[in-house]
Amino acid sequence: MNLIAEIEAEQIAALGKTIPDFKAGDTVRVGYKVTEGSRSRVQNYEGVCISRKGGDGIAASFTVRKISFGEGVERVFPLYSTNIDSIEVVRRGKVRRAKLYYLRSRRGKSARIAEVTNYKPKSTGAEA
Amino acid sequence: MLRSGVIAKKLGMTRLFMEDGRQVPVTVLQLDNLQVVAQRTAERDGYTAVQLGAGSAKAKRTTAAMRGHFARANVAPKRKIAEFRVSPENLIDVGAEITADHYAAGQYVDIAGTSIGKGFAGAMKRHNFGGLRASHGVSISHRSHGSTGQCQDPGKVFKGKKMAGHLGAVRVTTQNIQVVRTDADRGLIMVKGSVPGSKGGWVTIKDAVKKPLPADVPKPAAVKSAKAAETAEAPAAEVPAEGGEA
Repeated sequence: MNLIAEIEAEQIAALGKTIPDFKAGDTVRVGYKVTEGSRSRVQNYEGVCISRKGGDGIAASFTVRKISFGEGVERVFPLYSTNIDSIEVVRRGKVRRAKLYYLRSRRGKSARIAEVTNYKPKSTGAEA
Repeated sequence: MLRSGVIAKKLGMTRLFMEDGRQVPVTVLQLDNLQVVAQRTAERDGYTAVQLGAGSAKAKRTTAAMRGHFARANVAPKRKIAEFRVSPENLIDVGAEITADHYAAGQYVDIAGTSIGKGFAGAMKRHNFGGLRASHGVSISHRSHGSTGQCQDPGKVFKGKKMAGHLGAVRVTTQNIQVVRTDADRGLIMVKGSVPGSKGGWVTIKDAVKKPLPADVPKPAAVKSAKAAETAEAPAAEVPAEGGEA
């Protein structure tokens, strides 16, 4: 392992985050720390994860899409961001793509994702 | 006032997540066996400077002249040598090994390195020219530079006209780069943002000329022997290498 990878692995360990097992198609609820003036609170953002990139590395991120007041909204979160309070999987979706960008051109009924009924948690070692 | 700089090897870039939620892109620079090889003094050379050497070279691939030079300093042959002007009170003893806490987190530095070579590049890439139009009669010269001068009156293209040519692979100094973190145990200096050159390339780091020097930096230099005495304990915060984590 080269030194850069070592530094990144150390930092992931030092951040001590537990990332749940989720992938594109899953509906997730992200608790994001928002600072207003001097006080901070946790804001929940719930939607479909349409993309994960960067693997398990320190630079990994994921995109969450939701429909807010009839308008599609996408937010990209760094996976290991210290601003993320929690990530919670609400629903496991059954999809055949790693990137669900096709959802951007879909509305309503055709933008639904079937639920996985036989979800099996990954064996240990999936996350650092 | 003038303090010695250091020679470092660029390892690559990563990012750091801060406690307050910020994420900082950093370049990781490594001090590799950085030792003082020679001193330049006013009475002998007319100026004061320290000559530093970094990395390690094979003795049999080092010229006899350089072997003699290293032998006089009693250091192992070095890969890269650079001189840094210092004021007389900041001269460092020959053989002293400089450590990464030479720089304080938060201070500003200037970093010089050899930029990545781009080969023969057109005027658009090399000088940010706009190129020609996509249509309106322009044919096969969309990325060319336009006119290079006037008419019969000067009758020539002026010297220094920006044109296509070789780009990159020159020494570039980036000023006012902030030091984010240092790790003296592994000899790492993390600076915010990018640094000229490719991974594995050598760069020189100096205190920023355009920013005030913080008061808490070690004055002649942060030298290994002095530091080893005060920190005897070894904080082994090393995590075991977690492989298979693509």
